Amino acid sequence: MGARPAVRQGGADLSKPQDVNTAELRARYPDVFDRPASSRLATPAMLAAALAIFVFGLVDLDFSPSRFIAGLSQLGWISMMMMPPDPGSSLPLYLQALGETLSIALLGTTLAALLALPVSLLAARNIVPHIVRFPVRRFLDSIRGVDTLIWALVWINVVGLGPFAGVLAIAVSDFGAFGKLFSEAIEGADQKQVEGIRASGGSALHEIRFGLMPQVLPVIAGQVLYFIESNTRSATIIGIVGAGGIGLQLAEQIRVLEWQKVSFLILMILVAVAAIDFISGKLRFAIIGKRAVA
Amino acid sequence: MTIAVSLLPDQQLAVLNAAYRRAVARKRLRLLASLAVFVAALIVASIGAEVNLRTFFTYLGNFVSYFDRILTLDSGQRVWTDFREWFWGLHNWLKLLGETLLISYVGTLIGAVLAFVLNFFAAENTAPSSWLRFTVRRLLEFARTVPGIVFALIFVMAFGLGPVAGVLAIAIHSTGALGKQFSEIVENADMKPVEGIRSTGASWISCMRFAILPQVSASYVSYALLRFEINVREASVMGFVGAGGIGQEFIVAIRKFYYSDVSAILVTIIITVFLIDITTGWVRARLFGREART
Repeated sequence: MGARPAVRQGGADLSKPQDVNTAELRARYPDVFDRPASSRLATPAMLAAALAIFVFGLVDLDFSPSRFIAGLSQLGWISMMMMPPDPGSSLPLYLQALGETLSIALLGTTLAALLALPVSLLAARNIVPHIVRFPVRRFLDSIRGVDTLIWALVWINVVGLGPFAGVLAIAVSDFGAFGKLFSEAIEGADQKQVEGIRASGGSALHEIRFGLMPQVLPVIAGQVLYFIESNTRSATIIGIVGAGGIGLQLAEQIRVLEWQKVSFLILMILVAVAAIDFISGKLRFAIIGKRAVA
Repeated sequence: MTIAVSLLPDQQLAVLNAAYRRAVARKRLRLLASLAVFVAALIVASIGAEVNLRTFFTYLGNFVSYFDRILTLDSGQRVWTDFREWFWGLHNWLKLLGETLLISYVGTLIGAVLAFVLNFFAAENTAPSSWLRFTVRRLLEFARTVPGIVFALIFVMAFGLGPVAGVLAIAIHSTGALGKQFSEIVENADMKPVEGIRSTGASWISCMRFAILPQVSASYVSYALLRFEINVREASVMGFVGAGGIGQEFIVAIRKFYYSDVSAILVTIIITVFLIDITTGWVRARLFGREART
């Protein structure tokens, strides 16, 4: 940093900008005064481009104001008809469907975690060489690139309609996510324990079992719990394509315009997700907290 | 060389050993008990989800042969022997894929702007009043918990079939998700600049504009880009319920057993998701790179 600008010295009158020797300032801080046009214009240009694509999108996707307003008033009607939420006589059916959804989430996530654990070892930098890691990672990426609903459709073709297809869909699509997350947890693990076991003559399997796993398992358990929670959300919707659970009921009631039942079902989903949130938060704290004490 | 190991008297050692064994036994018991609870939950869940291992193993062959079928052309050859035949509808699919991208772009942008407006009211340190904060938080929670595709189903009823419903569904879901993330960033922001600006007598809006925004804008863009990535995947299935994009074509191909089309569309979606992931990753890196330099 150079000396202070002249303007501060000798009690100069700040209200008179001509006191400032701009030429000198320019010479001293060229990058403030003469930033290249490219860097000065970059932000406005990016904003303009973003706006242009947005406007193009609105036009291309048929966002006409009249249609929008008509839809909004229709939406207002719908939300009025949703009040008050009322299950009619199908409450037992809905509770059963909700139980099915929770089962799908629990089983799918567990299955995914069990499958992903060995594979994630093959995707971790500190376990296997690059040549193995690269294809495994791309494989996991492609599984993750496909939405759960698409997997549900594929499994429906294999095992037929019903919640079992939902379990398999969640298991496969989470397998991709878990593989990545677990392998990152493994890469983040401390190598000192592993080296200690190697020094005492342990085999590669011993290194993984006694050096890595004790460090990695609590992290993994936390992630699995978090996914059970987020999968409750995914499991609510796979019923829309016929893979069981509360989504099936929801889609049906929307199609037959039973809006009170729809709002009741949405309410049920909200309550279930909040309950799972609460429980898994407690469990996560118990697992990670216990580790921190030990 | 002498090694000093203090040998405790047998009596004392026995007490310590017993205490150690008890502690280990208690820990094991707890682990076993939680495992038992977990397994019981799994069993209940597998009854709830109608899991049938026999069906699974009988039809597992179907899963493999499904991939065999979608990788075979009508002529009986493997798909990669004749790319022209495999991707016969590429022109149409790319157009629909463009629509999908546009849906997620417009939806993410609307969601980001709404989240931007709302997040200052939801953050602990900037909310003008606590009841406003409570309301906005519940609103964001609702928007985030109800799955996007459920909104899409409802909006298709209100706005008619087409991409408008998809855009709005994605916009609402993004508002909920981004609003939460944005407000968490704001809560981590340094509050000293706010005090400085408030001391000059500036209004709340000026405080946000000149004290908070410069600290958080880069992270905002980064999170919005991540959300865009997620939304591309989400938008690819919006067509399942008639809300525009490639999903419409995809579900037709699956339902009507146009096997080679299924794999072709799947491959196009996966490649697009890859490209978007790579591009946004690059933009994010550049964004933070520039931020670090200034």
